[in-house]
Amino acid sequence: MSRTTSPTTPASASASASGDLADAVAATSWEDLVTSALLGTDRRPPGGASGAGPDGAASALLDAAALHTVRRRAGLLPAAASPRPAPAPDDPRPPLPEAARGRLAQLLADRAAAGGSGGRRGTAPDLTELIPQWLATANLHGYRAPDSALPALLDAARARTDLRPQALEFAGPRGLWLAGLNPEWKFALRGASGSGLLPSLTDPEAVRRLWEEGLFAERVALLGAVRARDAEAARALLATTWRTERAEDRLMFVDSLRTGLSCADEEFLEQALADRSRNVRATAAELLSALPGSALARRMADRALSCVSPGLTGDKPFVAVEAPHECDAEMQRDGVVALPPSGRGERSWWLGQLVEASPLSVWPARFGGRGAEEIVAMPVADGWGEELHAAWCRAAVRQNDEAWARALLGPPSTPPSNGPGTASLAERAKLLAVLPPAERAGWVADFVAAHGLSEAFQLLGVCPVPWAEPLGRSVVDALDIARDAGSYPWSFSGVMGLAERCLTPAEATRLEVLTTTPAEPADASPGANGYWSEAFQRLVSTLRLRATMDSELSPPPEDG
Amino acid sequence: MLLTDGGEPLGAAAPAARWTVEQVLALAPDDASRKAGNKLGASASWSDTGLDGTGAVWGLCKGSGSKPYRTVVDTTGPAYRCSCPSRKFPCKHALGLLLLRAADGTAVPAGSPPDWAEEWLAGRRDRAEAKARPAAGGDGPADPVAARKRAERRAERIGGGARELEQRLTDLLRGGLASVEQAGYGLWEETAARMVDAQAPGLAGRVRELGSVAASGPGWPVRLLEECALLHLLDTAWLGLDRLPQPLAATVRTRVGLPAPAEGPPVRDRWLVLAQYDTPEGKIVTRRIWLYGGESGRTALLLSFGAAGRSPGHALPVGVTIDAELTPHPGSGRLRAELGERFGVPEPAGTPPPGVPVGEAITAYGRALGDDPWLESWPVTLRDVIPVPGVDGWQLVDAQGREALPVTAAALSRPALWKLVAVSGGGPLTVFGECGHRGFDPLAAWPAVAPRAGLAGVETVPLI
Repeated sequence: MSRTTSPTTPASASASASGDLADAVAATSWEDLVTSALLGTDRRPPGGASGAGPDGAASALLDAAALHTVRRRAGLLPAAASPRPAPAPDDPRPPLPEAARGRLAQLLADRAAAGGSGGRRGTAPDLTELIPQWLATANLHGYRAPDSALPALLDAARARTDLRPQALEFAGPRGLWLAGLNPEWKFALRGASGSGLLPSLTDPEAVRRLWEEGLFAERVALLGAVRARDAEAARALLATTWRTERAEDRLMFVDSLRTGLSCADEEFLEQALADRSRNVRATAAELLSALPGSALARRMADRALSCVSPGLTGDKPFVAVEAPHECDAEMQRDGVVALPPSGRGERSWWLGQLVEASPLSVWPARFGGRGAEEIVAMPVADGWGEELHAAWCRAAVRQNDEAWARALLGPPSTPPSNGPGTASLAERAKLLAVLPPAERAGWVADFVAAHGLSEAFQLLGVCPVPWAEPLGRSVVDALDIARDAGSYPWSFSGVMGLAERCLTPAEATRLEVLTTTPAEPADASPGANGYWSEAFQRLVSTLRLRATMDSELSPPPEDG
Repeated sequence: MLLTDGGEPLGAAAPAARWTVEQVLALAPDDASRKAGNKLGASASWSDTGLDGTGAVWGLCKGSGSKPYRTVVDTTGPAYRCSCPSRKFPCKHALGLLLLRAADGTAVPAGSPPDWAEEWLAGRRDRAEAKARPAAGGDGPADPVAARKRAERRAERIGGGARELEQRLTDLLRGGLASVEQAGYGLWEETAARMVDAQAPGLAGRVRELGSVAASGPGWPVRLLEECALLHLLDTAWLGLDRLPQPLAATVRTRVGLPAPAEGPPVRDRWLVLAQYDTPEGKIVTRRIWLYGGESGRTALLLSFGAAGRSPGHALPVGVTIDAELTPHPGSGRLRAELGERFGVPEPAGTPPPGVPVGEAITAYGRALGDDPWLESWPVTLRDVIPVPGVDGWQLVDAQGREALPVTAAALSRPALWKLVAVSGGGPLTVFGECGHRGFDPLAAWPAVAPRAGLAGVETVPLI
């Protein structure tokens, strides 16, 4: 607010001192009064009022200052207006139903509230864990986020990257608009699909202008959108500026080809193999190797085939491995990293990369027409088995090859340590993700039935939600068995938390029976039964709450 | 059906207001109970819940013990009763019960209260009636002569304090403010203690404030001179109290710290709760609740205080409308009021104040200074303003983009302020707040859109 000097009569007049001195001081400018006040009226009397006695001058100064202060405050004027932000874009999505609005406020409030009970105890649902599902369902129905909830949503998305895509989709164009005004929410502009900011894709001039002048996030979004519509046009657009892009931008652009990757991208990627930036080269090589028909995949296959061959001695078939002896410039150009991480031999490091980048389709021909399962089952000579199988696992994931993933996983009843492909649960989870959803759930259900829950956590994480019936039953049975075995529920807190989020709400009724506290077996851990009953109560109440949340989000029936 | 003393059935016709989740959460005394209550609001721990037309809600909540807690809330108060041992107020069970009702319209069915709830509710009604009945012995003190003598003695002590303070201020100005920067808080603390001895808490509070001004960064000499001058103005006003016109004298008495009882005819209106916020001041918490009466056009302030660890007495959910009588206190523009009798149950929404343009808001503050030169700010509602966040501060700009009010620095630290921008979406809205010489402190906003279906008024968005 600006100050004005226009005189206003302050009410303070009633309390002012009287006489010539006061008049003289009152006429003094504010700056003079401040100087006198700072230095002291003994040293610098205000308004030249030196003759009025020491206290008189100070008192007159205070009188005058009071007059000035009230006058200044009473005479304030509006400030000049700053430029206003452009209005937020329209969001045509329908608003949330009333009950769901309340629920969202509750979920976000729980996230914001600090402290409280941190651990997984008690019978009440953990609301924070339910936010992702709530957001997913709200987005499924295509609701618009309430305006006043946008700041809390953006804060939630900032704190938890796992929430980001769903929270930003829900926040919509107005959320993105808001994020543009607050530097703390910059991440939203980076990560957003940005569809609200894009010009019409049928307007080549607008597309070209945004591509040349837009912010990085806008350009990434633009490239993605153009590519989804016309891949050729997207590559052409990229080619116009490719040489002048910064290395980290080139990396993002190359990486964006991952979506909808096809043979048509090969030429561009081949060129990128000669890029100045190592990261760009590596990403281009990775993408090319995921194209089984590409020249790079063929080159890698040639190299790999020269290393891995059917064994020629003895009467039983086996796999013979002769790891590469060097990593030449050509290999490096094709993305093979020459220097192994510490602790790994360089020859096995190179071998792994060659096999990983080779199309899996080359192996049946190499091994006399055997299928993936048979090849995986063959013994491998000289202790190369682990290295080779691990590389095949990575290739199956990269090439999204169901047959090989199935073969490398083996039957779910086989203990992980004896499995054909890999003992690593993380790798197995990745292989599982390649299988069709129903098969995935079925495999994990059988795995849990055979081996219990202690190793199932990561595998459960890749199963589609809500869990299919056999998987849900398998997990509940396993929890029940764990309880009967007398252990404490927090040994299974991870799985229990997953179950709360992933079991279908329809299971609630069936689970009710487990919430009772039966008599404790003699060998049980003390008090375990009570804790189990508490954990099952929380499971049931969470499932019930999820059912309520879903019903709150279902659109109201149309009025006639 | 129990009757109020007016013979009017308590909210028999009107459905009890269902508070929103935000409104309930705002009642929580702290974050921990907010979180704990939140959990209970979504859980199956509740049984035998119910509500009736008078605004009572009750239920049994399963705790860790064998007996469930009995929780009952009178939403007209709001007042709470729970058999749990918590010393928080309201406790997590009361919050959970209200949240259960807020989040799910069908979770709490209508019914009549069980005995244990009815007992407490009836007791409340009886006390309310007793309070509303005029006291048998009249309002005056038992011994008016003694009371007048006490008041005179206190006025004399305050006068002594004011003279002493005057002396200290003139000493300070003679020596110069430059010496203060090194002196620190000790100087002011001692003077403030002298003012407490002189029974002038208003003076003591202002003196204590001076201590923080000297440490408040660039420009402190100007602010310190302003505050010293206003304090001097208050001293001299007190010392010349009998020469002041009546309303100004009342303001001076209030500013010095003499309690002035609410007086005059009560104003009955349908009051919209605009804002509620707490400020810690030393060992006590001051709660301010702003109300706006749609019919009288008055804005009123309810003040209540809570000692350490206890919530202040009043709690009203922002955005509801209550039908009640308010009795104003004299002085300071008669903003401060006491909540008197309440009628019926709160309604969930209301109509915001009509609002004024930016220029008029500043003028309103300037005019109010005429009645009370010590005013820091004045409650105003701005019409059609657009919030403009900026690196160097925020503004509220009028819809034509001509005039602006800066937002106070104090408000900028509040995360809820971003709701203002979110709700505006770059368009004009109505904003209530405190307008003063430091700028505008936004406390509530109303979007420009039509009210949502099913609600009587426009939804109030709290900004604090």
